Amino acid sequence: MQTPLAVEAVNLDKYIENGAGRLDILQSLSLQVAAGEKVAIIGSSGSGKSTLLSLLAGLDSPSGGKVLVNGTEISHLDEDGRAAIRGKSMGFVFQSFQLLPSLTALENVMLPLQLAGRKDAKEKSSAALERVGLGHRLSHYPRQMSGGEQQRVAIARAFAPQPAILFADEPTGNLDEHTGERIIELLFGLNAESGTTLILVTHDMQLASRCQRRLRLHDGQLHEEAFA
Amino acid sequence: MTAFLIAWRQLRSQWAAGEVRVLVFALVLAVAATTSVGFFTDRIESALVRQGGMLLGGDILVAADHAIPDRYIDEARQRGLQSTHAAEFPSMVLHGDDSQLAEIKAVGEGFPLRGELTVLQRRVEPALMLTGGQAATGIPAPGTVWIEPRLASKLGVNVGDSLEVGERNMQVSAILQREPSRGGDMFSIAPRVMLNAADLASTGLIQFGSRVKYQLLLAGEAAEIDDFAAWLKPKLERGEQLQKVTDARPEMRNALEKAQQFLGLSAMVSVILAMVAMFLASQPYVQKSLDSYALMRCFGASRRFIFRILMSQTLLIAAFGSGFGVLLGFAAQAGLAVLADRLLLETLPAPGIMPAVSGLAAGFAAMLAVVWPHLARLRDVPALRILRRDLGEQYQAHWLHFVPALLVLAGLILWQAGDAKLGAIVLLALAGLLLAVALLAWLGVRLLARLPQNATGSWLLGLAALKRRPGLVVAQVLGFSLGLTALILLAIVRGDLLSSWQQTLPEDAPNRFIINIQPEQIRPIKQFFDRSGLHHVEIFPMVRGRLLEINGKPLNVEDYQDDRARRLAEREFNLSWTVDMQQDNQLLEGHWWQPSEHGKPMLSLEQGIANDLRLKLGDRLTYDVAGTRLELEITSLRKVEWDTMRANFFAVTPPGVLDDYPASYITSFHLPGGQEQLLNQLVREFPNLTVIDVAALLDQVREIMNKMSHALEYVFAFSLLTGLAVLYAALVATREERVKEATLLRVLGASRRQVLQALWTEFAVIGILAALVATLAAAIMAYYLSSQVFNIPYQFNLRGALGVMVLAALLVPAAAWLGMRRFLNQSPRAILQSI
Repeated sequence: MQTPLAVEAVNLDKYIENGAGRLDILQSLSLQVAAGEKVAIIGSSGSGKSTLLSLLAGLDSPSGGKVLVNGTEISHLDEDGRAAIRGKSMGFVFQSFQLLPSLTALENVMLPLQLAGRKDAKEKSSAALERVGLGHRLSHYPRQMSGGEQQRVAIARAFAPQPAILFADEPTGNLDEHTGERIIELLFGLNAESGTTLILVTHDMQLASRCQRRLRLHDGQLHEEAFA
Repeated sequence: MTAFLIAWRQLRSQWAAGEVRVLVFALVLAVAATTSVGFFTDRIESALVRQGGMLLGGDILVAADHAIPDRYIDEARQRGLQSTHAAEFPSMVLHGDDSQLAEIKAVGEGFPLRGELTVLQRRVEPALMLTGGQAATGIPAPGTVWIEPRLASKLGVNVGDSLEVGERNMQVSAILQREPSRGGDMFSIAPRVMLNAADLASTGLIQFGSRVKYQLLLAGEAAEIDDFAAWLKPKLERGEQLQKVTDARPEMRNALEKAQQFLGLSAMVSVILAMVAMFLASQPYVQKSLDSYALMRCFGASRRFIFRILMSQTLLIAAFGSGFGVLLGFAAQAGLAVLADRLLLETLPAPGIMPAVSGLAAGFAAMLAVVWPHLARLRDVPALRILRRDLGEQYQAHWLHFVPALLVLAGLILWQAGDAKLGAIVLLALAGLLLAVALLAWLGVRLLARLPQNATGSWLLGLAALKRRPGLVVAQVLGFSLGLTALILLAIVRGDLLSSWQQTLPEDAPNRFIINIQPEQIRPIKQFFDRSGLHHVEIFPMVRGRLLEINGKPLNVEDYQDDRARRLAEREFNLSWTVDMQQDNQLLEGHWWQPSEHGKPMLSLEQGIANDLRLKLGDRLTYDVAGTRLELEITSLRKVEWDTMRANFFAVTPPGVLDDYPASYITSFHLPGGQEQLLNQLVREFPNLTVIDVAALLDQVREIMNKMSHALEYVFAFSLLTGLAVLYAALVATREERVKEATLLRVLGASRRQVLQALWTEFAVIGILAALVATLAAAIMAYYLSSQVFNIPYQFNLRGALGVMVLAALLVPAAAWLGMRRFLNQSPRAILQSI
């Protein structure tokens, strides 16, 4: 029996028009990610990694081709339609943490749960923060936390709604090496516990090597990389 | 519910972080300004009108040439108003063989409803009758009369003597010293005899055809009085008239109108400023919200959901800001009530619920109007903004999105102005100011574009910063200049208004008139004044004449619709002559006579009476003077300041025209307090003189004007606060961006000093630009308002204007420095982490 696909990109194009002409970022790119799979997308700066991630997550719409999430095409949906899919099945961890400075750690974690209308938002969020080792800092604001702690809050926020797919965009990019390693442990640990599909964008080879597949983005195309 | 909860949580945190505080503060001020200024105007106005009522004897008066219809009296009674009545008519009174024309006034119980009568209830020699009286309790008892001192001296009557009034013989029970309600022309009326209305019928003086003025005096709560007046007005019939205090005394009307207009102006200015402050303060709030909403979109929130959060938040802010604003408005006017207890003496009417309701409505409208232009931007913020910060930044609101805000602003302005003309002027001025600022800023930015690219120096860094964000510069210059304009404008107009009031009634304004001076008495009276230390007392001749014909056509009272014109046409004129025009007169048309025109039949007429009687330059007027006809041609029209209390004349001729007619002389002068015994000496020396005391009247008018000045100061302070709020909001609106930039400069190696210099340069330019616009705009508006609305003299104050500019050029950067100091003192790393 074939494993169902969590995310699929078919002949994806993305270009931008500027004064000098057309700049192609992605060209006829195709990708299949199975449910529960861990995929790393690597590439040099400016290769279009983040653009690809934003298309797969429905944060942006492609110039051509289509994206399917759990078998549903999302590229023809409007912003609200895509937002609904994101809310139902996706979690995010960003390089710059993206916590709301005006909310406490607990409130930040609760936000996606509340948006989904979950009654148990508070309990789930407390448990998630407990799990990342921040049970004692529920009422702290982001500005009162270190970078590593903030990213742990972001990870708790990503996992609390138990999403089917987790997108991580350079999750250690803003952290020192030691903190970064602990964050990676946490991220992969939680991922293993929940069996979530993970799509990770990074240029950190060590981080990428923890995934089952590594795909290098080069000249708008993906190339599968073999493990050394 | 979730949306509301998230909105509430976010709002609470934004409050803690400070973004929303300035917005709420501005909203609170806007609402407090509308409610409290509304209150002030309302309550002060009614208190002032009530105080002014002393001059009328009641809050309003219904006058008629026939008995007051019972239905008016019944209606007033049903409405719970206090009422009393009076009847006035001229009649001869007799004492022994002597007779004298007197102005009889029969008054009902309770007269006067406002103010009080002052009487002397013992026998004193005639010269002493002018001083030492006490407040009367009640009215003359049946069978008795109170008479004015001049009647007492003319007839040689004293307290206890009897006086024949019509068919009755009545006892003089008191000398009536002061009757504040005595309006009208003080010089031509006969002395007063006051009697009890119960005696009126038995005097037999009221016959068919008698010229009696019937009066119904009413007093009560301001709102009830207004309601009654509104009920009565359409029912008034021919010969019936409704008089308010403002009708009775022109100087009061002037002062009251000006005070109302100024209060309206202050309220408008507060509202404009508060809304500008809200607009400025909404920028950082919107900016912060963009990030939150982008994140929520990323986590699956729909646009509808975002819209619900946004609306919940807007309504929460509106409810909180408006509620608090209304409370503050109540507190402010409670403060006023305390102040008023001391100042206004009378208890202010209780505050109603309406200002609170309208204040809340204004708050919600203002908040929605301010958020409206950003609504689409916030609702449609792309989730991708999480990854690409520039998204959502370049949003340009369509100009139509600003229409609701403009409508709300215009509505509030017109509402506060209470006067379409004043409101329209302010709206136009505001539009002009916006255009001027935009133009000036555009020119400035063009000029800056010519700066050399490779120039160095931290001050150039500051100028370059201006060049980089022209939109922000325009917004900031606009905010600063609006705040400054309002403050300068109010300061100028308020100063002009107060000083024009003081000039109207200076401390040494004449407070006594002497009439009936005979030609041969002029010299000895002048000598008497000189001896007494009262110098420069002017004495004017006065000849009485009745107007018979205009351009050879007999004067017909029926030709005039207007009551005032009819009264003027009917009465006798006091004609006077003089070589030079009186100093407080102003020549409007024609020319003043030369010495060579001595004896020529020329006439200078006061403009008001000329308008009422529809007379113009070149018209020939025929007067009956002492039984002979005198024809004069109007050769000039004058403006006369009647409220200066100086003796003035409607009609003046050159010397030599009226020499052969019987003339008496009149003077007005200022008698310092405590020197009343001088008058006793004067009357003893010249018993035929009649002294008219207007000191009490003057004191009352002056007191009312003083209280109005205090009220103006109070409201002015409020506007000042909103002005400062705008300035603060204009600073805070752009603080974050500047902090980022300053930090970057420091990271790149700029010293604190260099960053500071750049900051000072940038803000000094903004401050000077704003001050320039504001000074010009305020000067133009002040000129227009002074000359067209308030009718007070205006003089441009160059030194003041320069002072404001220098002050703004220093204060604006100083305030900016104060606001950013704590960021400049931190290490760049700490700031980079926090933003």
